[in-house]
Amino acid sequence: MHDVMSQVSNFINLDAANIIYLFLVGFVGGLVSGFIGSGGAFVLTPAMMSMGVPGLVAVASNMCHKFPKALIGALKRAKYGQVDVKLGVVLGISAEAGVLYGAHIQEDIKRAFGDAGSNLYVSVAFVVILAVVGTFVLRDALKSYKSGNLHEEEKVTKLARWVQSINIPGTMVYFKALNARVSVLFTIPLGFATGMLAATIAVGGFIGVPSMIYVLGAPSLMASASELVIAFVMGLGGSFKYAMHGLVDIRLAMIILAGSLFGIQLGAIGTTYVKPFMIKLVMGVIMVTVLFSRGLMVPVYMSQLNLIQTLNEGTIKVLKNTSFAIMILALALGAFIVLSAMWQGCRAERALAARETVEHSEI
Amino acid sequence: MGSKRKKPVGSLIVMGIISIALYAALLMKQDIINAHVGKGGLYAILPIITAFLFSYVHGSFTGNFWTVLGIEAAKKKKEVK
Repeated sequence: MHDVMSQVSNFINLDAANIIYLFLVGFVGGLVSGFIGSGGAFVLTPAMMSMGVPGLVAVASNMCHKFPKALIGALKRAKYGQVDVKLGVVLGISAEAGVLYGAHIQEDIKRAFGDAGSNLYVSVAFVVILAVVGTFVLRDALKSYKSGNLHEEEKVTKLARWVQSINIPGTMVYFKALNARVSVLFTIPLGFATGMLAATIAVGGFIGVPSMIYVLGAPSLMASASELVIAFVMGLGGSFKYAMHGLVDIRLAMIILAGSLFGIQLGAIGTTYVKPFMIKLVMGVIMVTVLFSRGLMVPVYMSQLNLIQTLNEGTIKVLKNTSFAIMILALALGAFIVLSAMWQGCRAERALAARETVEHSEI
Repeated sequence: MGSKRKKPVGSLIVMGIISIALYAALLMKQDIINAHVGKGGLYAILPIITAFLFSYVHGSFTGNFWTVLGIEAAKKKKEVK
């Protein structure tokens, strides 16, 4: 990590095809991030690595595009009244600590078990967390959809009501998104877990957004918008840390940013047209799909660690390619749901405006 | 979706030109830029400043881009309570 000159030589040559590829993946990732507050990073890092970018440079460059993107997204969604800056900053600071601790654990695992051990840890974390949280979020979204209860007001969960009812003197902070005072002794571990997940699988929002909704009691739209503040705080600190070791390839980061700023603006606009359960639906669908992608890689790393029978090269290649394809599919699926929901919302609004015009002219 | 307000075409063009100039400079001078950014240490401030600069210019451009195309936030629920 400290060998700066060797990292400089690891900055790859960029051709037009690579630039277009990064721009497009950046756009789709940005679109999803603008809508659900995170996402995209789980595709961007492997996408860069598939171009020959070393793992750490890919992680660092991804982070360096994430914080400016999150800043623009947060500013845009703040205009719609969806951002709770205080909640984002409070969670973001503890998330920063989680990132540092998560990175430390990663380094220890890598030292003890090598690259395959580290990869296995990341994949298992992906699978376990996405299986538990993703299934929960998706079930909740589908339950809202089936019940026809798609109104603006979302019910605060029993757990969140309990969290909001606990009064620990000296630690209570009022949060606009919750319209309640909550002890920071609850927000600190949630932020920490978000940061640890971000350091492990690059997408802290898979913990951050559901915990704001289900544990703290924030509405989906405010949770996903405030996640952008967390991503900004976490991304800024993380980028600086990586940049101090000379690991940021600023060209890669800025090219991805070029696409993702188009996407994040569109995703943010999209949130004003959809019902809140759509945030949960997109997030749940992406999480469950990515789960399958990472699940496929578990046997590969287990075989490299000799925990199971050794797999042959052909099988490993098929598993790797399928895993990457499913990951792209997850992002594309998310983007498709966002765009189609936005399209339907726009049409409904136009129809309403047309009806109002007709009614006015009749009067 | 369409806006009756004046569309920010002038701002779109200005920010678009600056954005293109920034990206052209980044790609044409990539060897010098990489050499400095890759040094690490206090040079870490360079990618951070670059990211803020690009996000301001390109962020304004992309924001205006969708507005000029007529893609704007829904009017009925601008405030989420």
